[in-house]
Amino acid sequence: MIPNRLTSPITGGFCGHCGELYPQETFDGGSAPPSNVPQTCDVHVGGAAHRECAVRLQLEPPRYCGQCGRRLKVQVSPHAWSASCSRHGTAIS
Amino acid sequence: MATTSHTTDYPILETARQQVLEDGIGLTEAQLVEVLRLPDPAVPAALELAHQVRLKHCGEDVEVEGIISIKTGGCPEDCHFCSQSGLFDSPVRGVWLDIPELVKAAKETAATGATEFCIVAAVRGPDIKLMNQIKFAVDRINEEVDINIACSLGMLTRHQVDQLASWGVHRYNHNLETARSYFPQVVTTHSYEERLETCAMVKDAGMELCCGALIGMGESLEQRAELAAQLAALEPHEVPLNFLNPRPGTPLENQQLMDGKDALRAIAAFRLAMPRTVLRYAGGRELTLGDLGTREGLLGGINAVIVGNYLTTLGRPATADLNLLVDLNMPIKELQKTL
Repeated sequence: MIPNRLTSPITGGFCGHCGELYPQETFDGGSAPPSNVPQTCDVHVGGAAHRECAVRLQLEPPRYCGQCGRRLKVQVSPHAWSASCSRHGTAIS
Repeated sequence: MATTSHTTDYPILETARQQVLEDGIGLTEAQLVEVLRLPDPAVPAALELAHQVRLKHCGEDVEVEGIISIKTGGCPEDCHFCSQSGLFDSPVRGVWLDIPELVKAAKETAATGATEFCIVAAVRGPDIKLMNQIKFAVDRINEEVDINIACSLGMLTRHQVDQLASWGVHRYNHNLETARSYFPQVVTTHSYEERLETCAMVKDAGMELCCGALIGMGESLEQRAELAAQLAALEPHEVPLNFLNPRPGTPLENQQLMDGKDALRAIAAFRLAMPRTVLRYAGGRELTLGDLGTREGLLGGINAVIVGNYLTTLGRPATADLNLLVDLNMPIKELQKTL
């Protein structure tokens, strides 16, 4: 599933792995994705500071909402996962 | 990995060839230390011998399982490796899975050819509410899915053991995790003896005991051998072998990943300790062993896999493991309802 980039809890200015705000130069406030980021690969958002987080996110679901940094409610099943933010909805793998 | 050595080069492997492969008697703790101390060039020979032991004493089938968390996070225990403990500053939030989602996951798991579906809860032990949910879930799954159901719900009372057995739960998971001598470094909210008590009750009730290990938590090689010997003494039906994946917020979050060669030595050693036990690849193998190591382990004593995701982390795609089994000419074990 490719989420709606502007509203999905797995996209935005906060790192899905550590919950920190991405460096300013890679995030424009959420109105549009950074121009240097592949549009379907959210794990590359965040630049060098979050490269390790990006690697980790290939083997674990996001734990923080990309839109607001809140912790997500995550349910992992053998073949999928879902991540829900109380403000920004649910993303399903 | 190409075989670059022979068992004849290493006395402990020659001993194991006779004692384990021919006579079916697992190695002792002292012998396991020797296996775990084998130099790198000996690892292929150790794995090859372990594979022969597995083929002779377990057969060529590979048992495939899916696992799912019915209750995630908020656990009152302090297992230092676990992101689901409510005592640590972990990003994992508490969440319950509803029964329709559980049944759906069981169906998806069965569709992969898996014969086992394990329902797990992050609890010290189940309360009445959880037991009622398990009963409901087991009934629904049995109505709709052809798959064996296992559970992992922490420490049980005798009554709860009997209830699970009567509901048709054929296997119960309760890990030792680590050696008795290292356990106090990893868990302080319950004792090793309490874990053993639940394991004993499960066996007494006629359920299959699944009792696993988590290695790479900073234990010594001697303690790793101690754990394998303690597991062997329990005679579990299955031993899931986990490799530490250091979780953010837990006391072990900065623990180094286990070396891949050490992990392969451990696989061979656990097989040589328990020639007839189902030895299952479980969590952490993706990080510790990668794709190549996964293959080597399946050719080195492993005869079962958890496919797909784990409880809070993601695994290799199920198709990757299933295709690997095809490549290795390893048939998936067929369903045999045991209860």
